[in-house]
Formats: sequence, C-alpha cells, structure tokens
Amino acid sequence: MTTPNLVYERPEAFTDTPTHYCPGCTHGVAHRLVAEVLEEMNIMDKTIGVAPVGCAVFAYNYFDVDFVEAPHGRAPAMATGIKRVLPDRVVFTYQGDGDLASIGMGEIVHAAARGENLTVIFINNANFGMTGGQMAPTTLPGMKTSSSQNGRDVETQGYPIKVSEMLSTLEGVGYCVRRSLHDPKNIRLAKKAIRMAFESQVRGLGFSMVELLSTCPTNWGMTPVNSLKFIEEHMVPAYPLGDYKVSDAIKQIKI
Amino acid sequence: MTKELWKGNEAIAEAAVRAGLEAYFGYPITPQTEVLEYLSRRMPELGRAFVQAESELGAVNMVYGAACTGVRVMSSSSSPGVSLMMEGLSYIAGTEVPAVLVNVMRGGPGLGNIAPAQSDYNQAVHGGGHGDYPRIVLAPASVQEAIDLTVLSFDLAEKYRMICMLILDGAIGQMMEPAEMPEMKPVQRKDFDWATNGTMGKRDRRLLTSIYLNPLDEEQTNLRLFNRWKEVQASEVRYKEYFIEDAEIVIVGFGTAGRVALSAVRAAREQGIKVGLLRPITVSPFPTERLDQLTGQARAFLVTEMNTGQMLNDVQLAVRGRVPVEFYGRPGGVVPFPDEILGEIKRIISAPATVDTDARDAWLTRMTQHA
Amino acid sequence: MQKEIIISGFGGQGVLFAGQVVAYAAMDSGKQVTWIPSYGPEMRGGTANCTVVIADHEIGSPLVKNPPFVIALNLPSFDKYEPLMQAGGTLIVNQSMVDHQARRNDIHVLMVPCNEIAEEIGDKKLMNMVSVGALLSGLTEVSLKEVEKALEAHLPARHKHLLPKNYEALKRGFEHAQKEWDKVPA
Repeated sequence: MTTPNLVYERPEAFTDTPTHYCPGCTHGVAHRLVAEVLEEMNIMDKTIGVAPVGCAVFAYNYFDVDFVEAPHGRAPAMATGIKRVLPDRVVFTYQGDGDLASIGMGEIVHAAARGENLTVIFINNANFGMTGGQMAPTTLPGMKTSSSQNGRDVETQGYPIKVSEMLSTLEGVGYCVRRSLHDPKNIRLAKKAIRMAFESQVRGLGFSMVELLSTCPTNWGMTPVNSLKFIEEHMVPAYPLGDYKVSDAIKQIKI
Repeated sequence: MTKELWKGNEAIAEAAVRAGLEAYFGYPITPQTEVLEYLSRRMPELGRAFVQAESELGAVNMVYGAACTGVRVMSSSSSPGVSLMMEGLSYIAGTEVPAVLVNVMRGGPGLGNIAPAQSDYNQAVHGGGHGDYPRIVLAPASVQEAIDLTVLSFDLAEKYRMICMLILDGAIGQMMEPAEMPEMKPVQRKDFDWATNGTMGKRDRRLLTSIYLNPLDEEQTNLRLFNRWKEVQASEVRYKEYFIEDAEIVIVGFGTAGRVALSAVRAAREQGIKVGLLRPITVSPFPTERLDQLTGQARAFLVTEMNTGQMLNDVQLAVRGRVPVEFYGRPGGVVPFPDEILGEIKRIISAPATVDTDARDAWLTRMTQHA
Repeated sequence: MQKEIIISGFGGQGVLFAGQVVAYAAMDSGKQVTWIPSYGPEMRGGTANCTVVIADHEIGSPLVKNPPFVIALNLPSFDKYEPLMQAGGTLIVNQSMVDHQARRNDIHVLMVPCNEIAEEIGDKKLMNMVSVGALLSGLTEVSLKEVEKALEAHLPARHKHLLPKNYEALKRGFEHAQKEWDKVPA
C-alpha cells in the first residue's frame, strides 16, 4: 500500500539489486530514468535490453526485463538481430562512450543508417570508466586520463567525436538528441527525451538515440559535486545540448 | 521429390530456408557470396529477416542477438570473414545459445586467395574464439551432403545449445550436383525455457550472458559445456567408409580432399591395391573410436588434406603411434588431383614410413624435392 | 564408367551454360554428375572454364588433370588444354577463333567453325550449343536427344522460344563433327 504523501519510490522496472556504480556517478540516474519510462509506458513485458561492455555491463542486473549482454561495442548489432526477428518487442541498448564511440562505431553508425527501429541510451562521460579511466573518443582536448596523462594532445591523440551531431546526418535516424544529467532541470529534460525515444520506437519511427552527458567522479578525480560542475562548465560547451534530429513524424508525438 | 542440379552455396541457402531459418545476417565474400545473394531474395519473399551487415563482426553479433530469442538463425562467410566472427562465436558459446555458421574456406593466411582450401580446420575444430568451448563441425563433401548437413546443423545446434559450423571448401560451394531438397518445413517457434524474447507478462524475466565474474562459476560453466560435449561425442559422430573392409592402407580425408582420395582409391583398387577411405563427416566430434578400431586392421594411414596437416593431428591421436600415419596435403588453395594421392599410396607400399617418422616433416621434404 | 569434360573459352561465350546443359542431360538420364566452374576474378573478362564429370558411381574428384574431352572455344583454351589432354581424347576446337592446327597426333581433334555455324542459324550466341553438339559426336554416354530434353526442361521460361534454334545448333554441330571424324586419323 502506498501512503498518501509518497513522493519517491523504486520504479517497478527495477529489480531489488543495489547498483555497483561509484558514489556520485550518474549511471544510476540514467538507469532510473529508463526504468521510469518503461514503467510509465507499460512496456516492461515486451522489452528486451542489450547491455554493453563497460561500467554498465551489469545493467542487466538492475532492470526487471529480459536482457542480453553484448560483446564490446556490438550492442546495436545484437539489438538488430533481436528486433528483426521480434519486431513487436521494444529493444534498447545502453552503451558508454568507449563501447559506442570507439570499438562499436561501425555497429552504431550502420544500425542508425539502416534505420533500425531501436532505442539507444548513450552515456558520454568522456572516458573509459570500467577499465580505470583511459582516454575515450569523447575525452576533451587537454583532459587528463590514465592514457593521456599530460592531457589529451589533439596533435597525436585526435579530436573528440561528437556522436549526436554525426548520427543526425543519417537518413535512417528519427530521433537524436543530447541531454545532460548535471542538475534536476536537465534530468527532467533527459527523461522526457528518453520517453520520446521509446515512444518513437513503439510507433516504428526509426532509430532513436539519447546521448546523456554523465559524470565519472572516480576517474575524473573529483567530488560528485565538482563532477556535476565539470559537466556544466566543460562538457556542455564542448557537447552542446539540444535536438540534433527529430523527424516530422516524431514531432507529432504528444506525451 | 526429384533431383535438381544445385550449386553448393545456393543449396545450403535453400536447405536452411526449408529447415525453418528465420533470420540470416551476412557479408559478401568470395567464394561464399551466393549464400548471401540467394537469401537476400528468398528471405524477404517469405517475410523472414535478412540483413547485409556492415561487416562480419556486425553479422555474427546480429546472429547472436537473434539466437538469444530462440529462432533458427545463421550466417555464412569465408575464411577471412570467419576470423572476424570469432569474437561473436566465443560469446555465443559462452552464452549457450544455438547458432549455425557456414565457412566456405579459401586459401590463406591473410587475404590469401579465393581458391578452395581446408586451412581453417584447426580454427573450426580446435581454435577460433577465446576461452574453452566445444563446437560441432560438419564437413560435407557433396552438394547433397551440404543440404542434409545444413538441415541437421539446426537440429544439433538447438539440441545441444551449441554452435554448429559447416566447413566446406570453395569447390563444394561453387560446384553443381544433382541433389534433392527436403520438404519445406513451416517455421515453428519452440518455446525454449532460456530464450530472451520478452516476458509478455507470463514469466519471470530472463538473462542471457557469457559473464561469470566468479571464477568458480565460470569453471562450472566450462565443465557444463564439456559434459554436454561428451553427449555429442557419444551420439553424433558421423563418417562414411569406402572399400574399407579389407583395406590395408586407410586414407582419411574430409570434404573435397576426401572425394579426390576416393578417385585415387578406385584407381588403386583397379591395380589390386588394398586401400580404403574413411571420410569424416563430423570433424568435431571426430571419429576417433572408429580410427582406433581400424588401427587393428590397417598397416598404415594416409591423411590427405588441403592444408599443411591439421586433421593429421587428430588422426595421430586416435592411432596413438601403433602404425605409421602419413600425410599428403596441398595447401594455399591448390586442389590435389587423384594421381598425386595414387602416387602416395604406391610410395607407401614401396617405401613405407615407420611409426617414428614425423609425417609432416617427411611430407615437407617430399614437397620441396618435387618443387 | 566415368567421363570428364572441360569446356573453356572467353567469358560471355556461354561456357558455363554449355557445361550445365551437358550436366542436366546426364542427370536427367540417371547418371551421377558434377559441374564445377572456375570462379572469382578470372570470371571478369578473362577465360572461363568448367569441368563436368559424368559417372555411374559416386564421383570422387570433381576436377581432372588430363581430360579425355575438351571443348576449346578460343585460342588460349586450345593452347592451354591441347597438351593436357589424355591420349586418345577428343578435342573440339572452335575453328572460328584459332589460327593454327593442333600439334598432337595422339588425340582426336575436331575443328568446328562454331561462330559461322551459329551465325548461319541466325544467333551467334548459339556457338556454345554448336560446340556441345560436336562434343556429343564423341561422347556417346550422352545423346543428342537427352540434351534436347534437358534444354527443354531447364531453359528459363523467358528463353523457351529459342528452343528450336538451340536444337538446330546442337544438330549442326553434331553433323559437322561427324564429318570431321572421317578426317581424323584413327
């Protein structure tokens, strides 16, 4: 029984397993937003999630829906295989920036180009979290990581990849937006975007992706609060928030 | 059903369709491409899934995804493409989901060439992806056998929740022979108790993963896989014998090398030489027990392959040094002619090796002298 | 019984289909048969060849080193296969495309102007069928009638109207080759 003034509870789409994420990491927030959306849309029964390799490798332990665990970067290919044989199910991948933007760049670009009717939740925290904070394709110029110890030198280590901007150029993409998890207002906007992405999939409107700027206090070597500030002050300018592509059909969706 | 002239690659594609293939994911590569081309037309016509993936890496992971839902799924490729698929195969094995993969082998290593070869035997049978895992490997030697084994591969993969691979060389892929197709089987989705196809409100959620973070759990998984493998070894060994009854020399060869050897055996028999052929159809599980029996009868074995001696090791393990095991191979995409194998049979009679002879070394020496 | 036939020529001369027609005829008359093409880059513009093996037992090697039957539709094929032929074999040469005589005298060489005969029939593409007709004059395991039936059964529907001309090409090739046999030293 719920009490009359209950304002917060664990979403039904979550299992009882406590997450393994570091204190202050926004993976937990992102998970919760996805769980709330699955529950609100009442699609848990027909949802199949695809977990990545990276910090979210155990995402499958937290969502109370069918889940599979993909090889590093291959979640969009696995999701394609599932969705093509079960088109009436809801299939989503949850991928970090090492998984999606580095080793899995081929899979994500082609799933998007084919217009696979999938939803991708893309966590951009500017480093490889699970292996201990190495440089990712999304690491900011000058940012120190364990494999760019003097700061990312763009002359030898290249420039950050702006995934949302890139994928939004593809015809097969229906919905492609970037949001951030650094404050309550942005978190609310992020949830709305995640809802739109799943609503788009349920309607068969093509590939949908929500990129979420996310913290990594442990590997960034910052307090959780400073990590949130870092997003606002450094990540957002480099990765501007906004709608990179929203197809006309998706614009008609009223939530 | 009447016989039709079928090309090996297209026959495999149609046989898979008739066995209830629900999804195919592939990438073009010679000499396998006809499988992809054929299914690009056939699958959509039947309302089934077909995707030309961005790479073999993409293809095998699409197979992995579809396999997790419990449908019949396959991919096909040729040597370099299969190398790229090894990541996915290891995951599929670790997750214990059924999948079928066809390797129409070509000359290697590297880009090699597109001529028929059997140089991926070790990769298929002993190696491939990382980690300990068994897999079923079938080696058809004719178009009819390619059809029959394609159908069988889906049954075996499902029965043992295991990868079932077909390895054939480009010659069988490209060859046309009269063959009979099985009846079209309607797609029957089995309600596997492991498939992640959405709970649909009827059951608890399921998880398919190859992660066992606790080494003791992974160890149990490894043991489970290999205990299941013992069942496969006990029940699924297949081979075909020719002129074996009174054979004093037994040739062992699979696929095209096996059928070329058959021509040599016939020619030798015409000259009164008591030679027979054992052609493994399952190269994994390997007909070790039968070879062990034949060791009591044969005074020598001759292994013929289109590689530098890969199955040779499996024959040696079965024979265990009791009689000489000799080798003749043509690697790199060269298909031997029967007279070469006939020559080897005659050499074995006139200048037999001993059990101490290093078969590959002796072969290399002979090859170098002839060159 | 086992017979091997290699058919070789330029891509576009209908080499592979000629082999398939022979293979179909052999299959329809209850024989074992294999047909194997050369494949890959060599298909593009270069020479193409296929090997057909016909037998009354399970066929071993689908390839043959010293063929007893060869159809050489162009000069490179003539030069390539003449030295490889089995002694006593039969070599059909498309006389329209070669500029010299055979060098060996231990094989039967039948010179057939396939292009000219096909043009007389009114379709130069039928030169491959002319050569198949000529082959059948020496390959007694497959009859002209069986090849005609195979064409009727397996020619794609859109080409069915070409059947009479195909039959004529086969017959003309067969007849021309028969005359050549008279000239062949035994």
